[in-house]
Amino acid sequence: MSDATVFPEKKPQGPKGSLLVQDARTKRRNAAESRFKVYGMLAVATGLCFLVMLLWAIISNGTQAFSQTFVTFEVELLESKLDKKGARNIDDIKKVSTFGYTPLIQNSLLKEVEARGIDTPLSKGKDMKAILSASAAAQLRDFVIANPDKIGTTHEFRFLASSRVDGYLKGRVTRDSIARDKNIKAAHLDLVDGLKEAGVLKKTFNWSFVTGSDASDTRPEAAGMGVSMLGSLFMMLVVLGLSLPIGVAASIYLEEFAPQNRWTDLIEVNISNLAAVPSIVFGILGLAVFIQFAHLPQSAPLVGGLVLTLMTLPTIIIATRASLKSVPPSIRDAALGVGASKMQSVFHHVLPLAAPGILTGTIIGLAQALGETAPLLLIGMVGFIASNYPEGVMDGFVAPNSAMPAQIYEWAKRADPAFYERAWGGIIILLVFLITMNIIAILLRRRFERRW
Amino acid sequence: MSVKLTASALAIAAVATTAAARDQVQVAGSSTVLPYASIVAEAFGENFDFPTPVVESGGSSAGLKRFCEGVGENTIDVANASRKIKDKEIAACAEAGVTDIIEVRIGYDGIVFASQINGPAYNAFEPADIFNALAAKVVVDGALVENTNKQWADFNADLPASDIAAFIPGTKHGTREVFEVKVMEAGCKATGAYDIYLANATGDSEKAKKKAASKACYEVRTDGVSVDIDGDYTETLARIDANPNGIGVFGLAFYENNTDKLKVATMSDVAPSTETIATGEYPVSRPLFFYVKKAHIGVIPGLKDYAEFFVSDEIAGADGPLSEYGLVADPELAATQAAVAAEETMK
Repeated sequence: MSDATVFPEKKPQGPKGSLLVQDARTKRRNAAESRFKVYGMLAVATGLCFLVMLLWAIISNGTQAFSQTFVTFEVELLESKLDKKGARNIDDIKKVSTFGYTPLIQNSLLKEVEARGIDTPLSKGKDMKAILSASAAAQLRDFVIANPDKIGTTHEFRFLASSRVDGYLKGRVTRDSIARDKNIKAAHLDLVDGLKEAGVLKKTFNWSFVTGSDASDTRPEAAGMGVSMLGSLFMMLVVLGLSLPIGVAASIYLEEFAPQNRWTDLIEVNISNLAAVPSIVFGILGLAVFIQFAHLPQSAPLVGGLVLTLMTLPTIIIATRASLKSVPPSIRDAALGVGASKMQSVFHHVLPLAAPGILTGTIIGLAQALGETAPLLLIGMVGFIASNYPEGVMDGFVAPNSAMPAQIYEWAKRADPAFYERAWGGIIILLVFLITMNIIAILLRRRFERRW
Repeated sequence: MSVKLTASALAIAAVATTAAARDQVQVAGSSTVLPYASIVAEAFGENFDFPTPVVESGGSSAGLKRFCEGVGENTIDVANASRKIKDKEIAACAEAGVTDIIEVRIGYDGIVFASQINGPAYNAFEPADIFNALAAKVVVDGALVENTNKQWADFNADLPASDIAAFIPGTKHGTREVFEVKVMEAGCKATGAYDIYLANATGDSEKAKKKAASKACYEVRTDGVSVDIDGDYTETLARIDANPNGIGVFGLAFYENNTDKLKVATMSDVAPSTETIATGEYPVSRPLFFYVKKAHIGVIPGLKDYAEFFVSDEIAGADGPLSEYGLVADPELAATQAAVAAEETMK
């Protein structure tokens, strides 16, 4: 373009001013330009580099969490241990606690070891404790209570191996690292090698990491994201149910109906300010208003959802107003021109055209809320919370639960290194959700957005 | 817009009223007690027909504050604490109507000093060494001077000649209090600094003077050699990981789960373990508690069963899962069990 403007004014110039020979000033300007290009490329490369490092760290640390070591062997459900009276009375059977089941499982594993002819110095049932997860007893007890008629028979069970054994198969625990570990000895690892060769002990994909509930500090191998995922789901339902109607109604009013005066200006500025408020502020607000003042239940996804609604509203309002603004005035004029009322012109013509933008904004707002941790810390969603599946929809809203990011935070601070691995695994699940939501947003925009 | 707002407010109110009947025990408090409480809660959920109790963390003081908010289903039933409840807190409780409190001691927790596994070995610690390394002022030739010690070997030839770098729990942690009383004050007395502080202390009574002297002993140097960690032990571990000379304060259970990364220091020639803490040979330990609202027993299903289950022999006993995780079993557990069964409240 600049050539075109320079061309007609081509004045007779001296040999110095030839267009073909660059003068010093032009050279400097060109050099500055190419330098800037290099800086830009460096900046992009640095960003990409960080992204690759991040993804690499997440994937290399987290994929391990999706596989888990299991031990499969037969357990004889001894009547003498599980139902001394022999009456199969469910209340009598329930009286035997998990502590009563533990020796039964340990002895059965020992029997299996002997039957397979694996040579080991470990000869007591208690020695098997280091190999099996503490959750095995609960698994067996649940089975017996559900099937009391099976007492006295022999069944094959698949139990979780302990986190140390699992770590050994994954390479996290080595013979060097257990030298001072009181939970497991080298003899156990020899036995694990033997069991693995015999096919009793196997590392397989672990669905219960995706579907399971949180577990206490002694059994990281049993911990899963399932319950906290439900917590996040119920929170998102609250956020969607409240912030979409409120946000859209507010934006339509402000954009289409409200008079332009000092008040609406003030509101507009404040909505933009609200979008920049740190999320922890909403957390403390939620604690003060929803829990201490309104007496809503602690740690409930309902409260989490309300807090996140406050946080998401500005995002949705800003996105909705932008997409309403982008609908050309001619549409409104045409609607009004053929006799539609203001309300009809908005709801029949403007809103449908703005819908893809509104949905995109909503999904991005939800994705932001899904990954938010800080406000949840203040309303009691961190700790050993996500241990019960909700009993129904209502229970899902009000029963204490955690959320995905809060669960990840909780795992990352626990003592056992096996939880650390699960925290990375949890991040993968969270990222899958976020990427899915963002892809949906992009697809909606691509498919339905109209340009004028 | 206003119609929709009222509609959603109504919806919230409707949901909130159905929440009235709470069926699981709610626990909050000390992050030191959290792992033990979650082990118990999990086993409780497995063995009883009640749902698994919910255990939140946040620190002893925060937990007790919530505990003292009042009686009712919107308040917690149990507060975990890594220290005894204070008179001030009992008064605050009483003001809010929480009068009958059952105190339950679950056992003892050891506090250990540990360093990076590849770093120098600290095998000759005495409380006096920690005091000489970290106190704001130390005794040199009978007088108190600003602490300028750079290396451990500066004041104790048995210790390695490595730079002092300590990561101690921040002031909001209950562990800090134990560190101050059991280590700093002991070291203060051993080096003679306490006597100097006491001689210079001003106060109305002997007791006030002693208090002032103890307080002066707790002062930690501020030149960056000692770093307060406000986060969890995981943060301390990360700092130690990055600094081969660093020494950090951990709970015994945390150390025992990270023996592949950490090397423990002995205190007065005793290595910390559940055994040495139980016998009292290892000096730095403290009791752990939980507090139960008596008014909630019978209202919240399973509350008393949870408390009794927590202190039962198969859980809190010497072979139970808690002591396996790092809790030092209470030799007087039987008395605690009887007290919980009888719902004995604090005087």
